[in-house]
Amino acid sequence: MLYNKKAVYLGIVILVVLLTAPFWAGLFGQNYTKTGVTKPNEEACIENVEFMRAQHMRLLNEWRDEALRNENRTYIAKDGKKWEISLQNTCMRCHKNYDDFCAKCHLSNSVSPYCWTCHIIPVEGK
Amino acid sequence: MLESLIVVLLIGAIAWIGSAIGLTAVFGIVLPYVAVCVFVVGLVRRMIYWAKSPVPFAIPTTGGQEHSLDFIKQDKFDCPNTKWGVFVRMVLEVLLFRSLFRNTRAISFENDPVNNGPRVVYYSSKWLWFFALLFHYCFFLVFLRHFRFFMEPVPACISFVEAVDGVLQIGSPRFFLTGGILLVAILFLLARRIFDQRLRYISLINDYFPLWLLLGIVISGLYLRYFDKAEIAQVKIFIMGLTHFSPVISNLDLNGIFIVHLTLVSTLLIYFPFSKLVHMPGVFFSPTRNLPTNTREVRHINPWNPPSQFFTYPEYEDRYREAMAEAGLPLEKQPKPAE
Repeated sequence: MLYNKKAVYLGIVILVVLLTAPFWAGLFGQNYTKTGVTKPNEEACIENVEFMRAQHMRLLNEWRDEALRNENRTYIAKDGKKWEISLQNTCMRCHKNYDDFCAKCHLSNSVSPYCWTCHIIPVEGK
Repeated sequence: MLESLIVVLLIGAIAWIGSAIGLTAVFGIVLPYVAVCVFVVGLVRRMIYWAKSPVPFAIPTTGGQEHSLDFIKQDKFDCPNTKWGVFVRMVLEVLLFRSLFRNTRAISFENDPVNNGPRVVYYSSKWLWFFALLFHYCFFLVFLRHFRFFMEPVPACISFVEAVDGVLQIGSPRFFLTGGILLVAILFLLARRIFDQRLRYISLINDYFPLWLLLGIVISGLYLRYFDKAEIAQVKIFIMGLTHFSPVISNLDLNGIFIVHLTLVSTLLIYFPFSKLVHMPGVFFSPTRNLPTNTREVRHINPWNPPSQFFTYPEYEDRYREAMAEAGLPLEKQPKPAE
């Protein structure tokens, strides 16, 4: 026999709905099966793909510090190649399209980097 | 204390080795599903079990003046006698941990000048309340932030929480305050048990284990965000596969530490319904909190009492009226005179 039946059943329903919220969100929301990133045509980035995927945000942060705080505008990659530290001139020379590259992962994973509070968001064809 | 740490480390190590030798599907798909089932069914079972338990006595805890005569001021929310008062007390308890706010700490003085001898003084102690509050709210916000992996597109409210959380704009990826505060709060709750002699004496493995487990979850989570990254796009594809019941794992490159993180969370979910962590639904079932203090106005009937057999005085008199009249005893109703 249950005491306070109404309240208990209501509590159980609320609890179960809340705890299974990720599944409800999946059931009523869209799926997400691929990032849809379009890579630029150039052969290689300044470092290998694994490093760039995992650490690009840290690299960019270090680049900002190097360029703006230490006035060092040269980056030496792991393979010894020298690159100019510049988002506009180095990164965005190949990664021209913001919507098809940066935004693809950032938007769906709710990453909002503050690159664009200073830099201008690149638009294709510019 | 150390045993529970070793257990947590072992679970982490097993998950890490498992992901390295290609058992990712076991730790990444089977275990989370099992964990969610155990968690939900276990909690519902617990709640049914509690709902079946009768409350033999009215045992609300009083934290102030009870409802009494008109000119005595009642403490409406610390000693409520109405449903509304109980509701407010419950809200304050659940959202602000009001009863923990009254926490005291006994300090004994060997030679106190007040009474020229040993004396115990109970000082107010708010640290536990403060860090418990921090812990619970930060944990909630961290849990809420994880919905960016469950929802596509990410709703604006989640992005807003992230924006507020990362308002300091430290580093990239941005440092989230709740993650850091959560770590500090857990370390405090753990240090409290380890370094306070009195508390350590009464602490058991089931006090330490959840703390070590949560510490493991938080550390692996922070590690995945700030140090050895989990690729969040891949993580999201993986998690969305799980919540859509069409798990994908073979073509994903998931960090071993991510599997450790997931396994520790699954362990927490499995452990939850069988541990002291069930205070989450349990607080609502607590008769010391959810009963009104109206013991002088309403009689609390013990539900397991057998049905009472009453023999009232009018009935008594009806049965023995003749004999009582004969013996000359006073009667409320005189017997009908014999015809």
